[in-house]
Amino acid sequence: MPAIISPPITPPGTEKRRRELEDGDHGGGRRPPTDKRTGGSGDPDNWNERRRGRPGPRERLDRYRLGLFFGLSAVFMFFVAIVSVFFVAQGSGHIDANARYINEWLPTALPPILWLNTAVLLLSSLTMEVARRHMFREMHVMDEWLGLGKPITRRTMPWLLATIVLGALFVVGQLLAWRQLATQRVFYYSSQSSHSFFLITGVHGLHLLLGVAALVTALIGLFASKQLENRQIMVDLAAWYWHSMGLLWLALFSLLAFCQ
Amino acid sequence: MTPATSLQHRPGVRSLFTTDHRVLGIRYLLLSLAAVAAGTLMSLAMRIHLVWPDRVFPFFGPVKPEDYLALVTLHGTLMLFFVMTLAPQAGFGSLILPLQIGARRMAFPLLNALGFWLYLLAFLVLLSSSFVAGGAAISGWTAYPPLSAIAAAGPGQGLGMDLWLFSILLFGLASILTAMNLLATIVAYRCPGMTWERLPLTVWAWFTAAILTIIAFSVLLAAIILLYLDRHSGTSFFLPLGDLVNGTLHTSGNGSPLLWLHLFWFFGHPEVYIAILPGMGLTSMLLGNFARRKIFGYRVMIATTLLIGFLGILVWGHHMFVAGLNPFAGTAFSISTMAIALPSAAKVFSWLATIWRARPAYTTPMLFALGFVSLFITGGLSGPILAQPILDQYLNNTYFVVAHFHLIMAMAGIFGLFAATYYWFPLLCGRLMNESLGRWHFWLTFVSAYMTFLPMHLAGLEGAPRHYAQFDGLHNAAAVLLAPTLLLQRHITYAAFLLAASQSLFLINLAVSLRRGILAPENPWAATTLEWGPSEVQDSASGEHFQVHRGPCHYFHSPHAEGFLPQWAQESNPE
Repeated sequence: MPAIISPPITPPGTEKRRRELEDGDHGGGRRPPTDKRTGGSGDPDNWNERRRGRPGPRERLDRYRLGLFFGLSAVFMFFVAIVSVFFVAQGSGHIDANARYINEWLPTALPPILWLNTAVLLLSSLTMEVARRHMFREMHVMDEWLGLGKPITRRTMPWLLATIVLGALFVVGQLLAWRQLATQRVFYYSSQSSHSFFLITGVHGLHLLLGVAALVTALIGLFASKQLENRQIMVDLAAWYWHSMGLLWLALFSLLAFCQ
Repeated sequence: MTPATSLQHRPGVRSLFTTDHRVLGIRYLLLSLAAVAAGTLMSLAMRIHLVWPDRVFPFFGPVKPEDYLALVTLHGTLMLFFVMTLAPQAGFGSLILPLQIGARRMAFPLLNALGFWLYLLAFLVLLSSSFVAGGAAISGWTAYPPLSAIAAAGPGQGLGMDLWLFSILLFGLASILTAMNLLATIVAYRCPGMTWERLPLTVWAWFTAAILTIIAFSVLLAAIILLYLDRHSGTSFFLPLGDLVNGTLHTSGNGSPLLWLHLFWFFGHPEVYIAILPGMGLTSMLLGNFARRKIFGYRVMIATTLLIGFLGILVWGHHMFVAGLNPFAGTAFSISTMAIALPSAAKVFSWLATIWRARPAYTTPMLFALGFVSLFITGGLSGPILAQPILDQYLNNTYFVVAHFHLIMAMAGIFGLFAATYYWFPLLCGRLMNESLGRWHFWLTFVSAYMTFLPMHLAGLEGAPRHYAQFDGLHNAAAVLLAPTLLLQRHITYAAFLLAASQSLFLINLAVSLRRGILAPENPWAATTLEWGPSEVQDSASGEHFQVHRGPCHYFHSPHAEGFLPQWAQESNPE
């Protein structure tokens, strides 16, 4: 490459137009040729060329996913608060009558079954993802659209059912873990550390039960709902919620396992 | 005006459980109106008791100190949650936001309806707490433990406190639902051409406030659940070891009351911005509209809105300077707090630059927007003072703080709500509100608001503490200290009565204008935003016939013509 930078040649007849505020100038000195910014709700096309009044094929799905995303952010912040409470409880102590600093934190020994539970939950996330992807197989969508039975429901149902069973197993496993702790004389009421342990597992368990409820709803919806889009939305939302709860459990579990 | 037609009530249960965003918006506003009426009456009762403690209220009897504290709690809770959060965000949010972005409906109408019923339930639960044994909670809207965690701490701290917690839990859930709905609507439902930079600043404010709601209220929910566990299941997240409350010694665990302060103010400070941001956005839009100007520094205003929201979640520690916070943390929070002055000042300069030499039309909504600017400056100037730990040592829990947050949040916020009501009233019923009544209302409110809250600064500097049930009739050393402020406090009470009485003009104006107001022409304020667009913009079956072509407040002044181009108008070169 020659190290010569030629000055830009302006073709004759193109004088510089005064820039307007609405032109979408970003201060770089050059104006984008067309306004490519979109207004959301559907395809990422140029609005100016888009056919009007025709929302994209996945407009509703995207909207519900968006709502779920904001809801999950709230859940995330909720757990951020719970975890910070855990750390504060772990670090706080008091000064006794002999002017000694006493920290009464007793790490709760994890029942080994929690490792199994974690594996079950990861597996359930896997089956859920398979179920979710089955909902969007184009060939089967086409079959349904042509009225050739309900192949999507038929193929998704076993995976969804498997997820529900695995999810229920996880919940039962958590209860068993509590039972095992109880045999070691560790109860919710025992100490401040056990409060935190039971709080974290309990609150996550409640959120997971909500996920199981969503899965069951999606399963019922698979058979009850005529419209494919509704079924897709139900399974898809349940799946993303389920994945998030799985991810959350991984974080909480590593907190309980390694940070006590 | 077409919106009025869609408000016609269909009889029956279906209309009761409607999901129409306009009807729901009006319901939110009515709920807020009930809350603000109750909260105002409570504040008057408090003011009377402060300076004439021997006065006996009819149907009530003599007021005990704990009754005063219950009034403080209910007043704060009602005003902050059910008025300043509910009305701007949920109320005008569902009423106006879809119209302003050219959406026919909100993203989740069912969530919106569910939110309303939750808010209503929360309101009823809160009110019911005054009628249970022991009365309402007495620990203020901040509910600091350990006193809020122990039922023996006071008469209202038993069932009353439980009901308070339950009410706020419901309110928090409903707020998160509202925020999810607003956010999804803004992101996904903007009409063609409504790019992010063309969004009116009100929408940006709703957007930022909704994000703050998601972040802050979920933390509050966690805190409330933990406090509930502390109260009822023997945990001690917030209860310190050896805590002795009313003869009950806490021995079982070692919690930290500071932890509650952290969690609560992590919610509580963003909450302040949730309350005030919509008013800021509306003020910008109104100043541009009535000054017939482009808003000065539109992008900067968007950035400052987001920046105020962002900084708002980093400053919670400035509520805890004297609560035993690490002094180094205090310095950090002090710096982040004073950093908020930068975007706030940028906003004020933009407001002033927008109306500079503009000869604005002084309509009632414009007056209230200008009043907002005035109150925002006055109340804001005491912010950097309180943000310094050294000064806060002295001023914390004095009337100086009361003056600060009442001016900047309560008064500025309510001026925003008044401006919104006067401005958008034609959208509700097709009639304008009475201008001369409106002006009387503005000037009386403006003057008496300053008369009420400015002297509180002086009382605070004298050292008058908050949460004292009475300033007169004390028989101890405090009486000597408080004696110089008594005249001031009497004056504040009189001014508060004037302030409350001026609001009757507003109620009369509402009632009269609803039926007999002047019929509003199409786009009565010559506004440029979409909610004033022609009916096909508002009500077309699919919204496919129009597109947004430009940002708001596109006014032009040329020697031969004055005019404006609304966002929906097609021609691009008016001259």
